[in-house]
Amino acid sequence: MSDVKAGRQLPNRLDNPLKSTLLSWESLLVLVAVAIFIFNSYSSPYFLNEWSLSDLTFNFTEKALIALAMALLIISGEIDLSVAAIIALASTMMGLALQYGADTSVLVAVGVGVGLLCGAFNGFLVTGLKLPSIVVTIGTMSLFRGISYIILGDKSFGNYPASFGWFGQGYVWWVISFELVLFLVFAVIYFVLLHRTNFGRRVFAIGNNDVAAQFSGVRVDRIKFILFCLTGLMSGIAAVLLTARLGSTRPSIAQGFELEAITMVVLGGVSILGGAGSIVGVVLAALIMGLVTFGLGLLNVPGIVMSIFIGGLLITVIALPILFRMWRQRA
Amino acid sequence: MKSLAKHREIWLGLAIIAVIILVTLRFPRFSQPGNLLTIFNDTSILMMLALGQMAVILTRSIDLSMAANLALTGMIAAMLNAAYPAIPIPLIMALCVVIGGLLGAFNGVLVWKLNIPPIVVTLGTLTIFRGLVFVISGGAWVNAAQMSPDFIGLQRAVVLGLPVLSWIAIVVAILFFLLMTRTPLGRSLYAIGVNPTASVYTGINVGLTKFMAFVLAGAVSGLCGYLWISRYVIASVQVASGYELTIVAACVIGGISIAGGIGTVAGALLGALFLGVINNALPVINISPFWQMAISGTAILLAVILNARGERRKGRVILKTAEVAHV
Repeated sequence: MSDVKAGRQLPNRLDNPLKSTLLSWESLLVLVAVAIFIFNSYSSPYFLNEWSLSDLTFNFTEKALIALAMALLIISGEIDLSVAAIIALASTMMGLALQYGADTSVLVAVGVGVGLLCGAFNGFLVTGLKLPSIVVTIGTMSLFRGISYIILGDKSFGNYPASFGWFGQGYVWWVISFELVLFLVFAVIYFVLLHRTNFGRRVFAIGNNDVAAQFSGVRVDRIKFILFCLTGLMSGIAAVLLTARLGSTRPSIAQGFELEAITMVVLGGVSILGGAGSIVGVVLAALIMGLVTFGLGLLNVPGIVMSIFIGGLLITVIALPILFRMWRQRA
Repeated sequence: MKSLAKHREIWLGLAIIAVIILVTLRFPRFSQPGNLLTIFNDTSILMMLALGQMAVILTRSIDLSMAANLALTGMIAAMLNAAYPAIPIPLIMALCVVIGGLLGAFNGVLVWKLNIPPIVVTLGTLTIFRGLVFVISGGAWVNAAQMSPDFIGLQRAVVLGLPVLSWIAIVVAILFFLLMTRTPLGRSLYAIGVNPTASVYTGINVGLTKFMAFVLAGAVSGLCGYLWISRYVIASVQVASGYELTIVAACVIGGISIAGGIGTVAGALLGALFLGVINNALPVINISPFWQMAISGTAILLAVILNARGERRKGRVILKTAEVAHV
């Protein structure tokens, strides 16, 4: 039996560029996305409508912003389970700042800043103390959300100024929301960062073999620290958007986001073992998850049932290439 | 390594005793035998789940679907009981173990035959199982009035001074102790965690052993499904939501290395007990329950930092699959 890592090796694009592009993970995702899109447009008359399609984007932009940074983190061989808790803490701190009369710019600075600090804290624990990230972030997940519960108890903060609400509800141009534009901008930034810079190449190197990377002069710990900071930062930004969209803060905000963000990353073809993946795949996976949840929503399928489809999609999409390869080896 | 592990359990035991003494200084009633037994009973389910998770973690895997498995099996048990109150409870319990085991086997097959990383598989089945709870129940709750008195009463019945729930936990703990220390399967679980490649060459079927670990974790989750529902007398989609990471946390506090191969039954039990004692102590010393999460988070981080020396060499091995040799 071949192991998973071998299966994710990129096809040699020099041999047959057309064939390898067609067989890539991204084309599979495009196929899935188109299929779901067609299914959606046939299943509900309300789907093909510019406002519906615009609403659709709210289903994934906040989680996908985190998934962009999480993709880099997972490629480097680490993981962050505390992102949803970071959203809760950043949102709570924004609510707290609001009680002291902070205006919109201060609120945004608080949200983004708290996110960055939380990420730095994770990064310090993982790289400074050499602890396994999966355990560290299970701990900080409870810690960050716990602090939110301590501050908020069973209360909630609301009454955000209208100018703050724009971040989650505003439209930049006609039906194009601010959230979507921000996501697209960040997608380009992360694409360039991962695929076109030395930093990105080092991230891949660390994920493939961090000891070898260390010996080749890559500052492994520093890069991992930066990646945790980036994930925290994106969670802070997501906290601003989500809080602005909902218009209130509760300690239970963004429950389960961490697993959805990781699902996007894995569905996007990023190897959970580290060392392989692409931003294009993650963006496509985010779109697919948005399409699935929105399409099922139009069919009045309850949110919890959608999770069956998301989970099934995750396992099927991962399993398909493996099954295909097993079948080909046998034939 | 053995002495380190032993030390760890002693320290954890001392930490638990220290918490109990500190709370007792202010509230003498806290350490009365009756209250301690209540804490043990309250923690029974977490202890069993931690044991199941330990079997999986030992093999360098992780099962994030245990809480969802528990909710699904529990819902099936509750609905069966509501529809056919005549079915004897021991039969329902056996059925729960089987259903939970089958759900675990589903995880196991994907890990074994398709070599998908466990964290991905169980992330997927976590959402699938949760969704299925909704599908079979239609989103409705099964409440105390719909459950038969036997269904609710069995685990509360007191035998030799202890509720049946505690006895079940004790039996499960003994079974796990025997399994881990006296059987080839137990040895294989450890061997795979310590060195998967070497295990292959010593004739251990790595994939099959992992499969067995998942079946074991699933069976325990299924059993706990019935116990959880009959204890809190409500079956809903939300049951034990988010609990999967509490189970992992109990294992981590108990000194079970997330990198695989290191951990004992006593450690898992003490780790769960530590969380249980803290959760029971908070309300007694008038700390609001809202502190609970932050305190257990801090406890997890402290435990990991204290444990760091033993784990330093292999930080992220949990995300790696065992290198299965081509046979």
